[in-house]
Amino acid sequence: MIPITLTVNGERVTRHVEPRRHLIDFLRLDLGLTGSHAGCEHGVCGACTVRVDGEIVRGCLVLAASLDGAEVTTIEGLSDSGEVADLQAEFVARNAAQCGFCTPGMVMTAADILRHHPQASRAEIREHLSGNYCRCTGYQAIVDAVEATLAQRRQEAGR
Amino acid sequence: MNEITPASIGLSREDLPNSYIGRSVPRPNVPKLVQGRATYTDDVVLPRMLHAAFLRSPHAHARILSIETAAALATPGVVRVFTGRDIAEVCDPWVAVLDHLKGMKSAPQHPLPLERATWQGEPVVAVVAESRAAAEDGVAALRVEWEPLPAQTDMETALAPGAVVIHPELGDNLVFTRTATAGDVEAAFAAAHKVVEATFVTARHTGVTLEPRSIIADYNRADGTLTVHQSTQAPHMMQGVFAKHLRLRESDVRVICKDVGGSFGIKVHVYPDEVAVAAMARIMGRPVKFVADRFESFTSDIHARDHRIKARIAVDAQGKILGFDVDDLTGIGPYSVYPRTSAIEGNQVVNLCGGPYDFVNYRCTTTVVLQNKAPTCQYRAVGHPIATAVTEGLVDMAAEALGMDPIAFRRINLIRDDAYPRTSPSGMRFEGLSHHASLDKLLEMVPVEKIRADQAAQRARGVYRGLGFASFIELTNPSPFMYGIGGARISAQDGATVRMDPDGSITIASGVTEQGQGTEAILAQIAAHGVGVPVERVKVITGDTQNTPYGGGTWACRGAGIGGEAALQSALALRAQILEVAGAMLQAKPETLDVVMGEVVDRASGTPRLSLAELGRIVYFRGDTLPRDLPRELVQTRHFITKEYPFAFTNGIQACWAEVDVETGMVKVLEHWCVEDCGRVINPLLVDEQVRGGIVQGLGGALYEHCVYDAEGNLLTTTLADYLVPMSAEMPDIHVGHVETPTRESLLGAKGAGEAGTAGAPAALMNAINDALRPLGARVTEQPFTPARILKALGRI
Repeated sequence: MIPITLTVNGERVTRHVEPRRHLIDFLRLDLGLTGSHAGCEHGVCGACTVRVDGEIVRGCLVLAASLDGAEVTTIEGLSDSGEVADLQAEFVARNAAQCGFCTPGMVMTAADILRHHPQASRAEIREHLSGNYCRCTGYQAIVDAVEATLAQRRQEAGR
Repeated sequence: MNEITPASIGLSREDLPNSYIGRSVPRPNVPKLVQGRATYTDDVVLPRMLHAAFLRSPHAHARILSIETAAALATPGVVRVFTGRDIAEVCDPWVAVLDHLKGMKSAPQHPLPLERATWQGEPVVAVVAESRAAAEDGVAALRVEWEPLPAQTDMETALAPGAVVIHPELGDNLVFTRTATAGDVEAAFAAAHKVVEATFVTARHTGVTLEPRSIIADYNRADGTLTVHQSTQAPHMMQGVFAKHLRLRESDVRVICKDVGGSFGIKVHVYPDEVAVAAMARIMGRPVKFVADRFESFTSDIHARDHRIKARIAVDAQGKILGFDVDDLTGIGPYSVYPRTSAIEGNQVVNLCGGPYDFVNYRCTTTVVLQNKAPTCQYRAVGHPIATAVTEGLVDMAAEALGMDPIAFRRINLIRDDAYPRTSPSGMRFEGLSHHASLDKLLEMVPVEKIRADQAAQRARGVYRGLGFASFIELTNPSPFMYGIGGARISAQDGATVRMDPDGSITIASGVTEQGQGTEAILAQIAAHGVGVPVERVKVITGDTQNTPYGGGTWACRGAGIGGEAALQSALALRAQILEVAGAMLQAKPETLDVVMGEVVDRASGTPRLSLAELGRIVYFRGDTLPRDLPRELVQTRHFITKEYPFAFTNGIQACWAEVDVETGMVKVLEHWCVEDCGRVINPLLVDEQVRGGIVQGLGGALYEHCVYDAEGNLLTTTLADYLVPMSAEMPDIHVGHVETPTRESLLGAKGAGEAGTAGAPAALMNAINDALRPLGARVTEQPFTPARILKALGRI
């Protein structure tokens, strides 16, 4: 068992983890943060997307033991902070979620677009979201929600 | 009867603030999804809970000679190991046949096999441990001695002499065959101006729900009850299955289904590993959880659409369709899947081929055979994408043979909109469809002339683009004719209970379930509309057999049409009861009152008279002040079942604009359109996204998705890196339009909307690709339309 101390959603946590424990199991099983989901556990589907030290990662491809001193943000923390309240409101208004299993990962990735690519075109949004699998929606409402949020933020920034 | 008018229910769709039916109301349960606050089965943790993992057969067909469990039992964290014989002590096997599918046969299936494994991925031994990781450690320590047996994998040879008979007691590998005939096919084809034929292949693919199958079973020895938390579409059906096969009373089994992470038909079947989990909980008297990992999903979720179809169409010189002649062959794995059976998909192909068209001569045979691959069963739009690809592929080929425009050809042959009611050559009864109105609407949306001009200009530059169309019909709102008459305990009826609590809030409990499609949202809309309250005052309960009226759940597009009508009728009954009480309190005739936005009002003037909260206070806390014999039950239950038609058919048409790179064989879908007639649209926002999601799922099957087996029955596509699904960058913007032909079976008038997209998209794309390839003399009819297949059709490889 390996001792780690890290910051998760702004709170310091200390745990002992098995070397094989990946981040998503650590979050879900050890911390009870069930908003992030395990969809494929081989890094393709994006349901486990979380933010580590400011960048989005696949929670299933990161070992918890490697995160001593790291800063982790999950959908729970992102929601509580209000950072993407406008994006989430667009998701609700446009029904950009059906079953919702992909949605936390999708919101984490969309938040990454909002932070790093404020000028993203529709095609660039589609490309950036392409690491997140959604079986239900056909993606269009999700792309619409991100596009509308970007436009709104650009408009507000321009004022 | 079907029009919702002020006269029929005292409300209209437009003139009251709580007239929600037909309005794009955001789903009340989406905020929790976007904030990560949903509760999927794997999120549930129970005291003393253990975790199961399964050893799965590495062979397509093998005898189990011995199972050595000592090392597994010595693994840290492992609590117990179960073999097939251990499970059989408490669990009876099942045979998945339906009486109305004449001659159908299948073999008894145990949760874990007793003697032989019959597909690669079949669960064989279970290990139960303190954690999933420890259970997997235990599985790794198991030693099973196998005797590999020859595998029957090719459906074409399943009935040939020398085939491996997978279940010797059945005599052969034939599960079911049926032929539908109408008119005189031989004479029609002999006299035809043109006959065109082709062989179509639809690839074996699967649902890939992002949330894998998940279950927690908890047997409480103290009170003899089994509580199952399960990601399922049909809680009441599963309640019956667990009770019957674990020898419990149905009333002692409770199935709870909170949030479901996608289903698409995958989660409406009985899976042996899930029943084994329930059996292990029954034996151990404590909760056991099992969540499939992605590898297990690919090898043990049901597959579907593994069909080869030889088909031909006959037309006269004027372009009129004379008949279809179709021969369908499908391989379903080693067992028919319980309890819906694996013969339904082939049966649907027989029911649906030629469906949108006016013709008289028909012959269609399906032959359903066993093979040593994962079992197949009903997956979104069961049989429809197959029948539509065959029909629309032949229609385009016939138009081409006649030198006719594909739209003009469809104009001549689509069933007229005034020709209903009508029975199809395969015996399907249509109450009312709108093929021509849908085509008109589609042509308003698709800029055909502009596209054709672009197509010609691009061809001159060596860029090949194509426009394809596909009309379709879709079976929704099933009656007992789908499963019940065959002996399956699958309810076609559904119920809703609507109640008002003292604060004037409304709660609706329904037997249909939420899988993300918006069931709970439309139930809230309907209840709010029917009672007369703001939609945010309605709470919805689904997915709990102990707390909802008995019902079938969500499948075959029945949630809105069946569950929605039960909700509307119970809400209207509650409103009538509220008005009766209000009339007594206000000394007014109930018919002079109405309920609007949570207030009892004077119907003529709209003047508020009494809030529902005040009415609730009086009824619940000061009933002594009401007339002694006044009925005051502020709770009403109604059930609904369709009675006139076995199914409510919907219809529509899709168009696809695609580009084929003739150097690489890659296909890019540029734009896609769908006009759909699902009767009354309850919430356009939800229906549109349902249709889009269905289209993308259909495009996935047509372009990428394929469960590839080698000749020995090894599944080669067991990760999402090998089995490709559509992602956002590959998918186009999709335009959705509606025509509304409400069913007269219900006041609500709603039919199903969830499968239409998937039904038509593969055919529209196939026709678009072939339109693009036409100048090059190439054609593809084998899905998925991979680069290799397109380059092969072009003669480049």
